[in-house]
Amino acid sequence: MLSRVAESVFWMSRYVERAENVARFIDVNDNLTLGEGVDLSEQWAPLVYTTGDQELFTKLYGEPQRESVLRFLAFDPRNPNSIFSCIAAARENARSVRESITVPMWEQINKYYLLVQSSLQNARFVAEPSPFCDLVKHASHTLVGTTDATMSHNEAWHFSRIGRLLERADKTSRILDVQYFHLLPNVQDVGSTLDVVRWSALLKSASALTMYRRVHGRITPDRVAEFLLLDRDFPRSMRFCVMRAQDSINEITGSRPGTFSCRSEQQAGRLRSEMDYTAVDDVVQQGMHEYIDGFQDRLNEIGAALQKDFFTLDTDAETQHQTQSQRMLR
Amino acid sequence: MYNSETFDEMFATEETPREPCRAFVERLGGVSIDELRNRQVAAELHLNNMGITFNVYGHEAGVEKVWPFDVLPRILGYDEWAEVEAGLKQRVTALNLFIDDIYNEQRVIKDGIVPEHLIQTASSYRPELRGFSPTNKAWCHISGVDLVRDRDGKFYVLEDNLRCPSGVSYVLENREIMKRTFSTIFQGMAVTPVDQYPEQLLRTLLDCAPAGVDSPLAVVLTPGVYNSAYFEHTFLAQQMGVELVQGVDLTVVDDYVYMRTTRGLQRVDVIYRRIDDDFLDPECFREDSVLGVRGLMRACRAGNVTLANAPGTGVADDKAVYAYVPDIIRYYLSEEPILANVPTFVCSDEKQREHVLANLKDLVVKPTNESGGYGIVLGPRATDQELAACADRIRANPREHIAQPMLDLSTAPTLTADGLEPRHVDLRPFVLAGKEVYVMPGGLTRVALVRGSMIVNSSQGGGSKDTWVLRDPSGTDTWKAMAPSA
Repeated sequence: MLSRVAESVFWMSRYVERAENVARFIDVNDNLTLGEGVDLSEQWAPLVYTTGDQELFTKLYGEPQRESVLRFLAFDPRNPNSIFSCIAAARENARSVRESITVPMWEQINKYYLLVQSSLQNARFVAEPSPFCDLVKHASHTLVGTTDATMSHNEAWHFSRIGRLLERADKTSRILDVQYFHLLPNVQDVGSTLDVVRWSALLKSASALTMYRRVHGRITPDRVAEFLLLDRDFPRSMRFCVMRAQDSINEITGSRPGTFSCRSEQQAGRLRSEMDYTAVDDVVQQGMHEYIDGFQDRLNEIGAALQKDFFTLDTDAETQHQTQSQRMLR
Repeated sequence: MYNSETFDEMFATEETPREPCRAFVERLGGVSIDELRNRQVAAELHLNNMGITFNVYGHEAGVEKVWPFDVLPRILGYDEWAEVEAGLKQRVTALNLFIDDIYNEQRVIKDGIVPEHLIQTASSYRPELRGFSPTNKAWCHISGVDLVRDRDGKFYVLEDNLRCPSGVSYVLENREIMKRTFSTIFQGMAVTPVDQYPEQLLRTLLDCAPAGVDSPLAVVLTPGVYNSAYFEHTFLAQQMGVELVQGVDLTVVDDYVYMRTTRGLQRVDVIYRRIDDDFLDPECFREDSVLGVRGLMRACRAGNVTLANAPGTGVADDKAVYAYVPDIIRYYLSEEPILANVPTFVCSDEKQREHVLANLKDLVVKPTNESGGYGIVLGPRATDQELAACADRIRANPREHIAQPMLDLSTAPTLTADGLEPRHVDLRPFVLAGKEVYVMPGGLTRVALVRGSMIVNSSQGGGSKDTWVLRDPSGTDTWKAMAPSA
């Protein structure tokens, strides 16, 4: 497939996943602040940290307040990671490869964009962000489902999956990082109501509560961290994302299991095997924040390697070799 | 009461439908205006959801608009269409022979049919291509010929559009929307399908691949997402299942064209290019072009890649050359033209120019190398000042102007705020020419939505309609006979 198309499909998925995660963060945070009775403005600050845009936010709005954070994260076109910006970018990417994705996929992403666009004027959003967040999550899931059900699971599909999984791994790690830090002072009060509520909220933001309960039952900080970090089967855990992303890179290159043929494949494989043999205690010992920082760096390296391996070909160096082999292929 | 002041596509008189439209009008009788409006709303919602849009130039980059669709189809009888189809085949066949001749022997000039200076001075003439002849001598693989119907119901060719004509995607989408939103009126109507176009297009492209290539690879080359016809480029690539490439995706090595893929370079044999000649190759034409591919013309001339349409076809699309098309048909095919030209005065000819200048108020003046309705002066509707300026331009640059009598465009009933009203329409059928010539049944009907207006362009308040060609009542459909061979 065309390198440009591969890159666009990758980013299309990545932006859609990003938008969905922002909606999750907003939804859960809003839910958490309800019924608290007091002004919980300070609860909105971590949200901006989670998306990593605190610098831009401060420049535009100053101190984080409920309304400004909501607007910034959902609709502000000046924020490249707002839901609106993400879906607009996803659609632009989809539009540039409209011939390579299926008609139902395009229809879904276009409707998704129209939905977000028409919500820009929605006066009720600040008072009640949850219905909008639900719509965004559903629209994302519908797109992923449509992609799985209508597109051949070919190279393009794998690039789209890699984009989605790398983004998801990054976002799960961010929310874990911020919330873990935030909740830690309360770790000693295990059993107190607020504590469980907030740890549950952390799981909910990754739609992980139900599955967590089935695996671990009662909520403890270490088990929650383990679940989001290292669970083998939960589709939003960091390890799951890395595993499946590596599978997809493997499918694309056709390398035998346990081998690699390019930098991105090597790095994804290395990160995966490390996670395969990591226990949550190791992470806690090293320090959650340090571990996650390192993890995010590794994800960025994989992204950069993908760029170099597949998206921007060094054609001048390659030309001679490639033209030879192509002639022989004919 | 519905009343058209000129030829109407549906009604012969206020009360009686034209024969081909009889069955449809009967059905329509059972549909209220409110119901029509509901269908119209459903159609617009579908267009919006599917992102079926065009980009508007002169606005902020990337402004997409949904092209208005009118739910009432334009209907052509089998017989009237058969004649148009034969005329189009004849015309495109002759134009291909003409272009090949112009770039090679130039018999048509030597025999005094077309004046040499006209060719030499055509801005779309490409001397770089002298001595070149594409596979199957097919120069204009894809044409979108603009037809209008005058007061007497006779078809005239307005323009041949041999350079990247657009609109065919709307023909296919319009039919789809019609079936989706108005299935009740479709049931039992014998309408020729249009869906085979992508297959025919792919076949035409592959048929014209460079000689000796076993399983050729075709692509569609687009200027990118901001082009006004970008939707169509993606649509055609998708329908044919080929890659949609941009200039940056292609590279030329040793006069062969390759595309950059995730697995390295892959050879490309046929390029359906939707980029104008000027921007194709910065090495050959406009140096500042960032849309094209350096070296593409070398690859084309070496016969290593087929460009559709071939560069240089525009010479037959020049409006002054247009005036000679009836003679060109007679010259190459020894046949009388089936489709009429609009009588045309070529201003580079002194006698004709004097006539034009003396009768400016009754004529339509057009620049010879523009399309899309740009630069046209409608004599009867122009102010004295505009006419004087136009006359000055003609005197300063006679070669670049032609003039034609003002035609009436036929009308078709269209849903408006005031109910059904006559609105002017034209027709753009699409013709494919590879090993053989294929005409898509019907084509794009554009409609001027403003009362009395004759400007049908999408950028200037035009919309479109589904175009129905009724099936052969005797049951032997031409489209079946045209089915692709194995």
